[in-house]
Amino acid sequence: MKGIGKTLLLIGATSDIGRATALIYAEAGWDVLLAGRNRSAVQREADDISARTGANVLVHELDILTTSRFEDFVGVVSPLPDTAVCVVGELGEQSRAERELEHAAMIMRTNFEGPALLLGLLAESFAARGSGTIVGISSVAGDRGRASNYVYGAAKAGLTAFLSGLRNRLSGSGVRVLTVKPGFVRTRMTNAMKLPPLLTAEPREVAQRIFAVAEGGRGGDVVYVRPIWRPLMTVIRSIPEPIFKRLRL
Amino acid sequence: MEGWGRYPRHESQAIDCWLPAALAGTVASRTGLIGRGNGRSYGDAAIGEHSTLMCRGLSRMRRFDPANATLTVEAGVMLSDILRSFVPRGYFPPVVPGTKFVTVGGMIASDVHGKNHHRDGGFGDHVIEFKLVGAGGEVLTCSRTHNPELFFATVGGMGMTGIVEEATFRLRPIESGWIAQETIVAENLGEALKALQQTEDATYSVAWIDTLSQGASLGRSLIFAGEHATLDQLAGMPGADRFAAKNAGRFSLPFDLPQWLLNKTSVAAFNELYFRAGARKAAKSSLVHWDRYFFPLDGILEWNRLYGRRGFLQHQCVVPAEDALPVLSGILDRFARSGKGSFLAVLKKLGGGNGLLSFPSPGYTLALDLPVTQEVFRLLDEIDELVVKAGGRLYLAKDARQSRQTFEAGYSRLAAFKELRKVTGADRHFNSRLAKRLGI
Repeated sequence: MKGIGKTLLLIGATSDIGRATALIYAEAGWDVLLAGRNRSAVQREADDISARTGANVLVHELDILTTSRFEDFVGVVSPLPDTAVCVVGELGEQSRAERELEHAAMIMRTNFEGPALLLGLLAESFAARGSGTIVGISSVAGDRGRASNYVYGAAKAGLTAFLSGLRNRLSGSGVRVLTVKPGFVRTRMTNAMKLPPLLTAEPREVAQRIFAVAEGGRGGDVVYVRPIWRPLMTVIRSIPEPIFKRLRL
Repeated sequence: MEGWGRYPRHESQAIDCWLPAALAGTVASRTGLIGRGNGRSYGDAAIGEHSTLMCRGLSRMRRFDPANATLTVEAGVMLSDILRSFVPRGYFPPVVPGTKFVTVGGMIASDVHGKNHHRDGGFGDHVIEFKLVGAGGEVLTCSRTHNPELFFATVGGMGMTGIVEEATFRLRPIESGWIAQETIVAENLGEALKALQQTEDATYSVAWIDTLSQGASLGRSLIFAGEHATLDQLAGMPGADRFAAKNAGRFSLPFDLPQWLLNKTSVAAFNELYFRAGARKAAKSSLVHWDRYFFPLDGILEWNRLYGRRGFLQHQCVVPAEDALPVLSGILDRFARSGKGSFLAVLKKLGGGNGLLSFPSPGYTLALDLPVTQEVFRLLDEIDELVVKAGGRLYLAKDARQSRQTFEAGYSRLAAFKELRKVTGADRHFNSRLAKRLGI
């Protein structure tokens, strides 16, 4: 397949959503840069995408917790991508996070600090160029803190606010900033869970939605993959705190 | 756990596998283990005696070499993925079975055959090499020159030699995603066999038999011969997209149908309509989308629910060409008289198979499916006698019930297969319910 001269940077390439997203872009003729923590695992995804599509796929080693390397990374990413999608996330274990500072910190840093710093840095380069699309994968869990996963939810809420502010600042600069909230997704992370079918998307569905919104311009700046999540979360957000605190949602 | 036919059901511990590197440890530490792809074998072939290794996570393609059209993939890659990626690029898998929802590992283990077996052989014939994780967790590269014994035992070996980690095979170049199809009407079984003989030069050929017609029209069929359409042929179809893509399942059966719905009257009515529709098209050549030509049933996702909760049995035998007419007549006659409606039966010509337990052998193969009932078991036992007497055998990927005697009579290279299992230690690690049932 011949390239169309555009490049995607996918951060978190070994996740199911990341993999599906990179594949959708490659199928559309994009070149792909895959970044992830484990080089051989990322290489496996790169080989897969290039065998399936014939696309040019490059691999970068990058750990979202090693923020000290971000400036170097953005400096060497060449060519500067047209679109950067960060799907990095880690659910962690809420009960463990309540007892172990280190585990809680890991969840916060993986879901908020790392993605926010990296996307912020990329946004600077994009703004200097005057074009580009930044896509951050946040979560419906960030829409309201819940007993079952508030450490993760708080970090995602932070990312949502960060992306919102970034979008606000870069409005009119030629750089678009999107926030995607996938809801439940059938992935390795949720393999053992029983998920409601109506609310649960396949990784490919998430990827198609990301591509459609980021490149087709359809949909707003904040995207719920399955539309039903928007009214649902509106309801959940509007439950008064005195009542909400007694609920187990 | 159950196969696609939903019979039989057995307890088996499911073990997920996400990374090729994890295979060795899992295999070495287990006994009574069998690999499972997408669970499309009908009976108990992909149900481990104790545990079942779920290989769908091994779903990455490794590399494609356009110079000689060879593709290397992990064993859990689905045929549907290969089609989605490669039909638009002008390549088609060398052999495809009747559903695209199977994995490459499963296609090797069953040495699947397609409508082109008479010309191109089974899937195993197009496999150049594969990596096999053996009993001790060792990874062995197998080809016709490296570990050839293991290669030919694994092709068609129903997973009983080890777990295929990845495989390399050839794709065939195609000019379009369309099939130029010719339909021939056969009024009875004799004509059908003749028509299959006559269409032997066609790349693809298959007959759909009306299993309920009796007497003079016993075995009346439609024979579909097909070729990959060339660009010239496509030029006559204005607006046709060269590699027309089509989405997978369009319609899914949301519930089990009650069993009374499939009865002699409803099936006979369906078959009548089907044949009239086919006969109208006969003699005219038509272009058919690859998806509809090869995978008509995939259009109804979960069509196994047609047969209700008790499930169904698929009976597929092959009998040598010499006596095919009397033997197959006898089989069809039993079916017709029993009134156990099968929607449509499939008849096709096979060439030889190369794996020690490969199903294909020169002759004609007949496949029917039947709802699970007590009488059906008796009927099939009777039919197996006819098959054995004719020197035929049953397809293990579809089998759920044949007796050990039927199996042993049909597979002449069984002793060599068992010996290899013993020598490699595979017999202590890899065992499916099917292997137990048949004493492999």
